[in-house]
Formats: sequence, C-alpha cells, structure tokens
Amino acid sequence: MTALRQLFRFHGGVKPAYNKEPSTTQPIADFYALAPLPAEFVIPLHQSIGGVPHPLVAAGEQVKKGQLIGAPDGYVSSAVHAATSGTVKAVEMRLMPHTSGLSALCVVIAPDGKDEWIERQPVPWRAMAPDEVRDALRDAGVVGLGGAVFPTYLKVNPGKKGKLDTLVINGAECEPFITCDDMQMREQAEKVVRGAAILRDLTQAGQVLIGIEDNKPEAIAAMQAAVTQTGEAKIEIVPVPTRYPAGGAKQLIRVLTGIEVPHGKRSTDYGVQCFNTGTACATYEALELGQPLISRVVTVAGNVLRPRNFVVRFGTPMKDVVALCGPKPDSDRLIMGGPMMGFAMPADTVPVVKATNCILVGSKALFPPPPPEMPCIRCGECAKVCPSDLAPFEMYWFSRAKLFGKAQEYHLFDCIECGCCAYVCPSRIPLVDYYRFAKSEIWAREQEKSAADEARERYEFRMLREEREKQEKAAKLAAKAAETKAKLAAAATPEDAAKKALIAAAMERAQQATQNPPAPPADNAEAPPAPPAQQTPS
Amino acid sequence: MSNAFNSPYFRQPASVRSVMLRVLVALLPGLAAYVWFFGAAILVQIALASLAALAGEAAILALRDKPVWLFVSDGSALVTAWLVALSFPSIAPWWMVVVATLIAIVVVKHLYGGLGQNPFNPAMAAFCIMIVAYPQLMSQWPAAGHQADFAAQWQLIFGGGPRVLDAVTMATALDTMRTALHTAGGTATVGAVFGSQPTFGAFGGKGWEWVALGYLLGGAWLIQQRIITWHIPVAFIAALGVTAGLFHFISPDRYAGALFHILSGGAMLGAFFIATDPVSGATTPKGKLIYAAGIAILAWIIRTFGAYPDGIAFATLLMNICAPLIDLHTQPPVFGHKNGGQP
Ligand code: SF4
Ligand code: SF4
Repeated sequence: MTALRQLFRFHGGVKPAYNKEPSTTQPIADFYALAPLPAEFVIPLHQSIGGVPHPLVAAGEQVKKGQLIGAPDGYVSSAVHAATSGTVKAVEMRLMPHTSGLSALCVVIAPDGKDEWIERQPVPWRAMAPDEVRDALRDAGVVGLGGAVFPTYLKVNPGKKGKLDTLVINGAECEPFITCDDMQMREQAEKVVRGAAILRDLTQAGQVLIGIEDNKPEAIAAMQAAVTQTGEAKIEIVPVPTRYPAGGAKQLIRVLTGIEVPHGKRSTDYGVQCFNTGTACATYEALELGQPLISRVVTVAGNVLRPRNFVVRFGTPMKDVVALCGPKPDSDRLIMGGPMMGFAMPADTVPVVKATNCILVGSKALFPPPPPEMPCIRCGECAKVCPSDLAPFEMYWFSRAKLFGKAQEYHLFDCIECGCCAYVCPSRIPLVDYYRFAKSEIWAREQEKSAADEARERYEFRMLREEREKQEKAAKLAAKAAETKAKLAAAATPEDAAKKALIAAAMERAQQATQNPPAPPADNAEAPPAPPAQQTPS
Repeated sequence: MSNAFNSPYFRQPASVRSVMLRVLVALLPGLAAYVWFFGAAILVQIALASLAALAGEAAILALRDKPVWLFVSDGSALVTAWLVALSFPSIAPWWMVVVATLIAIVVVKHLYGGLGQNPFNPAMAAFCIMIVAYPQLMSQWPAAGHQADFAAQWQLIFGGGPRVLDAVTMATALDTMRTALHTAGGTATVGAVFGSQPTFGAFGGKGWEWVALGYLLGGAWLIQQRIITWHIPVAFIAALGVTAGLFHFISPDRYAGALFHILSGGAMLGAFFIATDPVSGATTPKGKLIYAAGIAILAWIIRTFGAYPDGIAFATLLMNICAPLIDLHTQPPVFGHKNGGQP
C-alpha cells in the first residue's frame, strides 16, 4: 500500500545527529518487571492542557489501579487515575516536572503491592453516540502523547463538514534520542493500527495517513504488516523524509497533504486532524480494553550506559527509571523531552507524567554550554531553517528590545519553539529563550488586562444583579397582588373565566419582565399594575 | 541541578568566526589574480589594513568596555580590512588604507554599535569618504603587466614626497571609458575607445577581468558553503547586465556593453562580497533581489552619468539606507498564510 504518493515540503528544518540507535537495541521493558514498585506514586492532577482536575480521593482512602482519582474540570480537561492499588497518603503540593520549579496538587499513593485493577469493561463505542464516546475518552484520561498532552476527546471531531478528508497519525518522531513511538510501532503495531481505525471511524475520515520518518524502517515494516493483517481499510503507511521537525503536527500535515493550518485555526476546518501513534494506541486500550491511561512508553537516553524504552506508570519518580539505565557519574541534569525542545527538570525526583515521552540524561560533555553569545549579524541562517517561515532574527531583536507589539507583528505566536533557529545561529544566540520570554510577558500583560477587565465586569455584574433583585421583588409583589385579586374575583363572579385568563397572562408578563425589557402596559383595568420600568442591561 | 541554558541543548558547530574566515578564503582566488597581474603591492595594502583594523578594533572595544579578544577574534574586522584594501588602488600611499580602515572600523562600525549594528557597509562608507577627499590618489591604479616593478610600487606606497607616476600606474578601464566619452564632445565611440588603449582587455579592464572572475569563483564557493544565497549576486549581475545591455543595444556607440560593466571595476567584488554583507543589506529573499538590483542600477547610472569612475560604493550606501524599508515590505508570508492554507 506504500503507493508513491505526492509529498510536500515544509520550509526549513535541520538535520541534527539523531542518536536514536542506542535506545532501540533492546525491546520495550515493563519497568515494574525489572524494579520494585516505588515507595510512593506522586500523581499530579494537572497532566493535560486545560482545567486542573479536582481530586476525588482524600488521604487514607483505598484506591485500586485505574481508579478515577481526578475528575475533569471544565470543557477542556482530562481525567487522572491511580497508578496502582494502595492507600492515598496525601493530596498535597509536590514539585512538578517543569522547569519553573513550581509545585502543584498531587495524589500521593502508597502501593499495597497487590497491584489490583479496577474492573475493566470494553466500551461499546460503536453503539454509542459520538458525545458519549468523547466522554469515555475524557474519563479514560486519554491525551496527546506526542508531548502536547491536549485532551484527545476534544480533537475526536469530524469538523464542520461532518467528516474529515484526512486523518494524520503522527509516527514521525523527529526529535533526536527519542524512540518511544518507534519502538511502540515495532512491537505493538496492531494496537496502533486498530487505534487509528477507531479514530478513523470516530472522525469519519476519508483516509488515514500514518506518517513515519524514513529513518525507522523497522517501524514502517511492522506497521505495514499490521495494516495488511488487520485488513483495516483506508489506512496507508507513508514514509516521510527525515528532517526535524517533520513530527510537528503542522509540518506533518503539510508534508502529507500539502495543507498548511495557520496558527490559531482548527485543523478540522481544513478537513484534517492529527494524532500521535501513542495516542492511537491509548485510544484503543481505553475503548477496546476499557483501560484508562495510567502509563506510557518512555525513552531513557543520553548520558546512560543502557539506554532503553520502558512502560512507566504516571507518578513514578524519574530517578527510579533512570537508575535502571546506569546513569554515568558526570550526569548533571534530567531533560524531559528531546534535546531540541525538552525542558530541564528542577530535580530528579519529579514524577513521570503523561507528557514524558523521554527522559534525557544530560552532562556537560553531552550538552556543553554554548560558547559566548555574539551579536546577531543578520546572516539569515535562522530564517532559512524556520519551519514556520518566520524571520527569527527580527523577532529576536524586538523581543530583546521588549517591543512586544512589534514582535507579534512578526508573528511571534506562530513560532512553534522548535529550536531550529537557535540550532544554526552562528552567533549562538539562545533565540528560543527570547521568544519564550516575549510570549510569557505578553500573556502576563494580557492576564493583567483581563484581570482588570474582570474586576470591572464583576462590578457591573453586581450592579446589574442588585437591580434585578429589586425588580424581581417588585414583580413578585405584583404577582401576589394579582393573585389575591384574582381569587377575590373568582369568588365574586365565578362565571368570569375570561377575566381569569387575562390575569394569568398579566402574571406571566410580570414574571417575564424580570428577565426581559419593559412589558407593554396592561390594557385592562382589572389587570395588576405592570412592574416598574427597568433598564435594559447594556 | 546545574543547567544554565535551555533547549535546544545542542547546536550546529557554527560561529561568526568560521563564517568570516570562509569569506576571507573566498577572496583568495581574486586576490591571486590581482597579484598575478598587478604585483604584490596589494598584499602590502592588505597587511596594512589588517593591522589597522585589528588595532583599531581592539582599542575601540577596550574603550567601549567590551570583551576585546572575543570580538577581535571573530574575523569580521579582517573582512572589512580586506574589502577596504581590495577596493583601493594597491599603489595608494600607505596612510590612505590605514585611515580608511580606521574610519570603517571605528566610526562606521563601532560608533553605530559594533558588530551587527552598523547601517552602512563599513568598507564602502570609508571608500566614499576617501574618494571625495582624495579623488586624485584614488584614481591612480597599477598597470597590468608591471608586476615585476615591486620596488616602484613600494616607493609609491611608502615613498612620500611627490609621486612619480609612470608606466606602473594607469587609469582604469572604467575611468578611461568615461573620460573619453565625456570629454571628446560626443565624437568618441565605445568601440573606438575600447580598441585604443592598453588598459582594456578582452571584455573589461586588462587583468581586472581575471580578478573579477576570481571573485566570481570565490563567490560561487560562498554560495555552495551556504554563507550567502544566490539572490544578491544573481540579481546584481542580472540587473547590471540588463541595464547596460539595453542601453548598449539602443546606442552601442555611447554605452558600453553588459560584459564590460560586469567585468570592470568593483562589480564582481560588489556582487559577491559587498552587497552580500547581511548587516547593512536586505535579508528577505525578495528584498535581496530588490536591494541588489538597486545597487547595480544605481552603480550603472553613476558610472555612466556621474563624476566618479565607479559607482558601486555610492550605490551601496544609498541602498543601505533603503534596506530596512525593503525588508519591512518584503516579509515572506508565514506558515499557513500563503494560499489560505491550501496546497
Ligand atoms: S542565525 Fe543568528 S546571527 Fe544569523 S540572523 Fe539569525 S539570529 Fe542573527
Ligand atoms: S523556534 Fe520558532 S522562530 Fe525558531 S525556527 Fe522554530 S518556529 Fe522558527
């Protein structure tokens, strides 16, 4: 089925040393088959984009493996589950796997060693309404496992047309060192393909293109075989040229379909959607096996003696996982993600989370600090490699000068922070740092502004509410008066039904007036007085 | 955990120094032809300019309280120095190149903020100042075929006193052509002038056409090394060729042809080494085309109608002024904003 299809190029990109080989010599291992359960699982509630799930358990409670412990909060949010059976030790603030060094609410579970699952039931998704399937995915905690951790259920959406043209499954995995998708495709190709098929059906996609960088021939072959063996229709494995960042969702969509989804636009509006292969696999497990997302494949690579991939449950301390791989003595940091876009961890005790595709062990020798930064010579190298077709040096200049408006004019927010520009810059300017700085400054300012706006809105809302309450009171009084009058009238002249109806109508009007602008004046002497005139909220 | 820097955690081994060194290497073929046809005087000038540039840069860096070694060793001052030396007559008195280089480095580069900040090309700005101040000295060029007369050249450079101009000096082809066409009351024709003087070679200036080809060779290598893109040289040469060719076609007696313009004076040095200076030039692909074509056409106008024999330097400064505006209006569409996202 690898018919030669027309591929498209994305602008720029770089070819760093891939360093993928070492972690692919061994099969994926179940971490807990090689190491004891950790003394405690520290499971952050906030592991996806969107609202922070609220805890459903308290200290002292017993939980089972896979039990819901964090319920999604708000429209964009995803559930969180217990990694093993045991006792909730605490629900407290713990250090997060994030450069900021901030803490966030975590459920700390002390394992009881039984590792006892909740009852798992396949989800009869074929018979369910799309919204119900989406709820099931949300409650199973399925999020994008490529690193973006966007709740999957929100993306399982056929778009305006009611069906997608193309569903892109992202197996490109372009970041150096990371091999978790590669290994998963080699070993669990069938699950990935079946997951892709589910996503195909849920999005009504006309075709499914699974894009894999051509430096992963084993994965391509395994996936190819799985497509043939499962007999799933409309699924095609497409090897794509190896060039970082071919695995960026927008870049891969571009390569496979030629479509460029602009920043801030929904890709479904363009008839495409993109999921990571790991997400496809998790979707399969959630729906077909009824298994919530409690673990993922994690690559451990870099400055270790035995790089390898493991299935690791969320909440496991990173240092436990790294310890299995023999970190070399000069190791000086852990990076979550790859060398191009990864983040240094504030400590090695932070837990593995849904976003942890790779734990990269660093050292001074492996990732030496760059030589001193020089001024920009406007050589344009950065612009040549920028996959978003930006002018990085202009954005750099304006970010540095804190001319954030100007930086935005040069499309700062179209920057995907891939790091290509900084990778090639001969002046060794940490360009991406400047963009991150500028973005966070702009966000902070907007937040300030919206905080001020909110305060104003709150004030206006209070005024409005007080006004409404006054009116409601008046309306109630009016209604009551009308009622008494009606009763009296009914008692006096039982035959006068028409009058009754009139009064009922007036009552209704009075009630409505509390919500709507002034009611027309009553045209009947018998009717109760209209409620006081009120202001239209403006 | 110690980590003083963020992702990306590794980088391509590129540096300003390696960029600058490769530019110097790319100048070598042209320089070799220069020495072959016009003697070793140019090497003396390059040495003078290099020393002046490094000393001047070190001094101003120290004054500005900047890390001296970091910047002096980046090679950018040497590139400026070489370009100054190569655009000056190699038999000019020693102080001219030294003064010009110091102006380029101290005034045009550092007083505007140093590496990466100067709005004008330092070498060309210095050239313009000197040609306005010393038009005579700037027009005495070495004659081809007198490379053996190094002693005489040395005397011209360091001799001081009245300059004895003899067989070793000569007006350039561009100068001769312009003077002849301007002063003969409209009777001289391009063809007649071209054949009459020893300064002319097969297409342009004798010897100089080979130097120009040397620059072309070095420039092509710079493109291959991805240090410059094709846009500027191609637009430069095309615009100069088309303009000159068009006028030559209309009036072959009054306007020299395309090849003459391309292979004479500073055209090739300009196309590959001066207009391509990214700091003072345009940076977007479309902007580079406009910018380079602008320099070429302005240079042709100055050469043809102006008072100076060559116009590359003035044209470059004029376009330097326009570069930010050109950049502003030629930003390429960013990802997703091309054809409404459709392929
Ligand atoms: S690569 Fe670096 S030096 Fe070159 S233009 Fe970009 S930011 Fe400036
Ligand atoms: S980090 Fe941003 S500016 Fe730099 S290459 Fe990537 S998308 Fe372009």
